[in-house]
Amino acid sequence: MRMESTLGRRACISALMAAALAWSSPALAQDAKRGGTLVLGTTQTPRHLNGGVQSGIATAMPSTQLFASPLRFDDQWNPQPYLAERWELAADGKALTLHLRRNAVFHDGQPVTSADVAFSIMAIKANHPFATMLGPVEKVDTPDAHTAIIRMNVPHPAIVLAMSPALAPILPKHIYGDGQDLKSHPRNSQDVVGSGPFKLAEFKPGQRVVLERFDRFFLAGKPYLDKLIINISPDNASLMLSLERGDIQMMPYVSVPTDLRRLAGNPQVNLTPRGYEGIGAINWLAFNTTRKPLDDVRVRKAIAYAIDKKFITKALMGGFATPADGPIVPSSPFAVDELVRYPLDLKKAAALLDEAGLKAGANGERFKLSIDYIPNADDQQKTVAEYVRGQLKKLGIVVETRASADFPAWAKRMATHDFDLSMDIVFNWGDPIIGVHRTYLSSNIRPIVWTNTQSYRNAEVDKLLGTAGGLLGPTQRKAYYATFQKIVTEELPIAFVNLVPYHTATRKNVLNAPVSIWGPASPYDDVSLT
Amino acid sequence: MKDLLRRLLSRAALGLGLVLAVVVLNFLLVHAAPGDPVETIAGASGGMTEELKAELRTQYGLDRPVVVQLGIYLGKVLSGDLGYSYFFNLPVSGLIAERLPATLLLVSCAVLTAFGVGTVLGVLSARRPNGWLSQGITVLSLVGFAAPVFWTGIMLVILFAAVLPWFPVAGMRSIDAATGAAGWADVLDVAHHLVLPTLTLALVYLAQYSRLARASMLDVLGSDYIRTARAKGLADRVVLYKHALRNAVLPVVTMLGLQFGNVMAGAVLVETVFNWPGLGRLAFESVLRRDYPTILGVLLFSSMVVVVMNLLTDLAYRLIDPRIKTS
Repeated sequence: MRMESTLGRRACISALMAAALAWSSPALAQDAKRGGTLVLGTTQTPRHLNGGVQSGIATAMPSTQLFASPLRFDDQWNPQPYLAERWELAADGKALTLHLRRNAVFHDGQPVTSADVAFSIMAIKANHPFATMLGPVEKVDTPDAHTAIIRMNVPHPAIVLAMSPALAPILPKHIYGDGQDLKSHPRNSQDVVGSGPFKLAEFKPGQRVVLERFDRFFLAGKPYLDKLIINISPDNASLMLSLERGDIQMMPYVSVPTDLRRLAGNPQVNLTPRGYEGIGAINWLAFNTTRKPLDDVRVRKAIAYAIDKKFITKALMGGFATPADGPIVPSSPFAVDELVRYPLDLKKAAALLDEAGLKAGANGERFKLSIDYIPNADDQQKTVAEYVRGQLKKLGIVVETRASADFPAWAKRMATHDFDLSMDIVFNWGDPIIGVHRTYLSSNIRPIVWTNTQSYRNAEVDKLLGTAGGLLGPTQRKAYYATFQKIVTEELPIAFVNLVPYHTATRKNVLNAPVSIWGPASPYDDVSLT
Repeated sequence: MKDLLRRLLSRAALGLGLVLAVVVLNFLLVHAAPGDPVETIAGASGGMTEELKAELRTQYGLDRPVVVQLGIYLGKVLSGDLGYSYFFNLPVSGLIAERLPATLLLVSCAVLTAFGVGTVLGVLSARRPNGWLSQGITVLSLVGFAAPVFWTGIMLVILFAAVLPWFPVAGMRSIDAATGAAGWADVLDVAHHLVLPTLTLALVYLAQYSRLARASMLDVLGSDYIRTARAKGLADRVVLYKHALRNAVLPVVTMLGLQFGNVMAGAVLVETVFNWPGLGRLAFESVLRRDYPTILGVLLFSSMVVVVMNLLTDLAYRLIDPRIKTS
């Protein structure tokens, strides 16, 4: 499929729409003004600022400002030109040709060339924690200074999404190509040089990142902000106060219901749930399918039938969250409606347990389980774990909640598969190849957090995912993922609970808060202040 | 003088042994906590491959037995190398150097406030042990002593930063202050940010010191030489502040030296509540990340500070009371 044709059509439509808007009411268009400082408050602490070797939203926020990528995405999953002004995915799906703009320069004045793209793609493949993202990439050809051809050994449709700002920052070869290990390169934290809309003024680890407008950014007239400060605080409460006082103007990834309610009622603050489609964060209950009696699918189903997602999203999460019923977030182009669903039905649940031979004893007890949860994320994790405990008690399942002192303690339990049930939050990361396959492939049962720690094995699922990952046509691909989603919701290695209700809060004077599929983890070149 | 030097030297040698013992103990404790740094980095990355995990473990030397790791660490520490932070990939000494001034500023301001105000309050309430002022101070001390530091901190923030926006919510400088600003504007900015954290940290110790100063003052005021001074016809003020206070303050100074470690520990909470960019916050966050070199570096450094402070207390003791030569 040629990306350009659809893009051309879209561009046409949006040009028409823009014209219509301009004609009908010029005042409607938000006039972006140059200048000003935007302060963003976050609890996310980046290790360093190089998103090419470090994944995660903490690094992505500053990294996508500092580094430009070949492509970017709008809020409908459509790729848009960024460093590459045109691109073609070969008919056999084994080559992506990027035509770079000629006016792009790094913050130190050096031009961005195909050599930088080739270097970066291979560097990301070698160092980035998401191995499947560029897995099939063999090499990058550079026929001329402004053409880079990424060559793959098998068709790899995810390559287009992998060109996103958060996943494919183009690093200057003349700086990072000095032979030092990229994961611990000193320039990941000091004098970071990219070609993005902002350049680095100051990085104090664990405290703040100060970014300044890059005057020679390749998109003329952008960015609008003079300065962008990422203020890191471990304390969410003080960030909330600072936002309410106007000391900070933007707070991304807000998910605590009490905070959301407080912000929704604040006339000085805009709150949007848009911009989190790419991350695709699902809050779920994982089963250790090797443990008895959880190895019996009827028991897993019984537990799923005991959970009222409506109660969780409406009452526990204040109506800000929405239920999740499958492994792929509904906003993804690969999500389907045909899932096996488990509406609250305690009678059915009890019947399933009886059928599995787990009859209640004289004291009404059937069996015992433990439930883990990620600490310090109470609103999504602990609260739900405790609710599940209460619900399962009604079925005669005695559940002991096991607290973990902190994240490493919980992660260790997951890594060693030392759990019966555990709450967990896992990201889709845009393409299923990156964020979904890892949870269900039997080849990915590993002693690492966020792999297939459920020990789920199904040869058909392995085959479906293997095929879907290499199919070019989105419709064809979706058909395979549809079967996959049906099987997984039928066999239930995981009881899906809800989508994490991430929101971006901005003060009213902030225009065009980032709402593309990657939201806060994408360039803020359109953001301006009134 | 020679005697003093010898004593200081022997105290310093003892201190060094103590610091080494602290290093070993900390090392073992830190490694006993469940979970490891690589798991945390996998968490921060949203996932990781097995190869990368193994590579990181080798790079950090986590694949070797703990005893070997301890040996390597001790060797490095003795040669003055605190290693690299696993999380930030930066030298630990640099991280500490960057955070140290903030902690020293906060802790010394809090200690001085607690010591100064506490002593004055103690003396005032000792003058009329049953007067309304004394009663008031007693109540205040008890409340200050009983309230947990983080609670006091949050309450002060709510009152003086949210309801009455007189002081900033958090941080050490205004968020949008120009990078590297200097001069009086910067000093004033930092002072403005310093008020609430200092007050929070000082309140607990202020309570203790005022109680201690009061008791000690009452004790001293009953002694013979005070009666003599009064009999000489000296003014009340002179008796109180020149004769009595000098002796009465000794226990407070002892307490101060002994408690310096406690104040540093209290700073961890205060720094977290107020987002104060100091060592305490660094230590706390490093524990959550299992960033062993950083935790150990900070702990090593704070134990050295405590040892030095105890030495200084020893010296101060001699200055206040020349009768003390050797214990």
